[in-house]
Amino acid sequence: MSAAADTTVPFGAAATPAGVADGGVGASAATPADAAAEGAAGTGVTAGPGAGATLDVRGDFPIFARAPGGHPLTYLDSASTSQKPAAVIQALAGHLGEHNANVHRGVYALAQEADGAYEGARARIAAFVNGDPKTTIFTKNVTEAINLVAYAWGRANVGPGEAVLITQMEHHANIVPWQQLCRERGARLRYLEVDAEGELDPAQLDAELERGDVRLVAFAHVSNVLGTINPVAAMTARIRAAGALSLVDGAQAVPQMPVDVTALGADFYAWTGHKALGPTGIGVLHGRRELLEAMEPFLTGGDMIAAVDFEGATWNELPYKFEAGTPPIAEAVGLGAAVDYARALGMERVRAHELTLTHYLLGRLREVPGLRVVGPPDAERRGGLASFTIEGLHPHDVAELADRGGVCIRAGHHCAQPLMRCLGVAATARASVGVYNTAADIDALIDALQAGREVFGL
Amino acid sequence: MDDLYRDYILEHYKRPRNFGELQPHDLEGEEHNPLCGDELGVQIRVKDDRIEDLRFHGHGCAISQAAASMASEELKGMRLDEVRELGADWMIELLGIPVSATRRKCALLNLKVVRGAVGGDHDWPA
Repeated sequence: MSAAADTTVPFGAAATPAGVADGGVGASAATPADAAAEGAAGTGVTAGPGAGATLDVRGDFPIFARAPGGHPLTYLDSASTSQKPAAVIQALAGHLGEHNANVHRGVYALAQEADGAYEGARARIAAFVNGDPKTTIFTKNVTEAINLVAYAWGRANVGPGEAVLITQMEHHANIVPWQQLCRERGARLRYLEVDAEGELDPAQLDAELERGDVRLVAFAHVSNVLGTINPVAAMTARIRAAGALSLVDGAQAVPQMPVDVTALGADFYAWTGHKALGPTGIGVLHGRRELLEAMEPFLTGGDMIAAVDFEGATWNELPYKFEAGTPPIAEAVGLGAAVDYARALGMERVRAHELTLTHYLLGRLREVPGLRVVGPPDAERRGGLASFTIEGLHPHDVAELADRGGVCIRAGHHCAQPLMRCLGVAATARASVGVYNTAADIDALIDALQAGREVFGL
Repeated sequence: MDDLYRDYILEHYKRPRNFGELQPHDLEGEEHNPLCGDELGVQIRVKDDRIEDLRFHGHGCAISQAAASMASEELKGMRLDEVRELGADWMIELLGIPVSATRRKCALLNLKVVRGAVGGDHDWPA
């Protein structure tokens, strides 16, 4: 925790959103002590004066010992990938160093340890979002999870004259698989529009559903560009009532707010480990059991079969039917440690922390002349990120100039080129926060942006 | 004095030479930088196997726009077979700044478009 002491900067009183000061802390089941039991260096929660509950966990993340160019590392790109706590790094190394064996086949004790670690991780990962382990499928990432549904469900259930409905704010991962499906099956792909504040119109969803041809609606829980938090439960209820299925891309939601996949009511819900403090190489797909049971496999080969003869094969039970080949064992163990860590922090606290920071971020960005933020204007309606443009400065140059102050932000189209066209920009710069960020990180960003404007004579 | 964003780089970025459309033109090309979504197009008028005139259009960062602007001045009058052989070093030297691996695509985008427009190798730069 040595690095954490100097990073607890109280936010201005104005930056404290009403009602989140103690947001759900009492309701949080886990305590920081649980994290210590998992080997975390510490997951202290401090309440800054007048700032509400804020996390103070920078010291849990070894990467912050780095000082690029002599600056403290200011990492504001968690929407791309999160940094990893020591507990996750230790869990990965510990598994590979002490318990490594293939799963589901070995009879020896070491293989049983690996089995236990893998399936134990699945149980904890499923529980983290209130899912059922049997319907919690490990994939490579969200992209593969969505492709799984587009192939295994879509090819069998979407036909000529039918439609798939998505939104203008989707990541390419939730666009291209549906484009391919619709092209192959002679189906139509339609888009819900994004309004000037980056939100969807429920009336347009209703109107689209009333046309009667929509088989599936796929949409982001939280937009990776706009930050918009979509009203998932309300949308899935409408979609279900219309007889269509729903798929939710939760890549940006699970890392930063409490998510209950059962209560949200989506037929499919996908998220990824590496944005949620876990390793790369593991994604998660939760699906409704009857649908998964009726679906043919996506990838085929080892581990997903019940029996194979020379003529054919029968499929393994859920979730193994959809996990062909040796699965991401160490990655699952790492993600298991990540959800343990997040549970100990309490996802209500994580949301309160990021909301407080997002308030502060939006307020400070407004100080920069010529800067325009896209998406919902107030922090309550968005996740912990802000995409922006600065007049006279290309986003690529913004990111380069920020890097000189040790500030890592993303620049580009964020894998959402159709949305960029809607916004009338080719690219934006994007700052996104995680559990380890502090107001000091945002101050460093603003300083870097102001210095960058000076370089360009603005 | 900034190493990358030197005065002349910013000057070309803010007031690009030969920016816009060229009508009529004989050759044209367009490319985008998949990293940042930038687009750059060029229109070229040819006389006696040389570039008589050219204009570029599109949007991009300071490095890609300055590269396009600075190159446009050099390319006028150049023989097409010479243009087809121009290498990355020519462009980087002309820019006169240290170009990092991530900004190399920005620096070379314009030359990629121009080379393509005059019938050069589409796979360039490898």
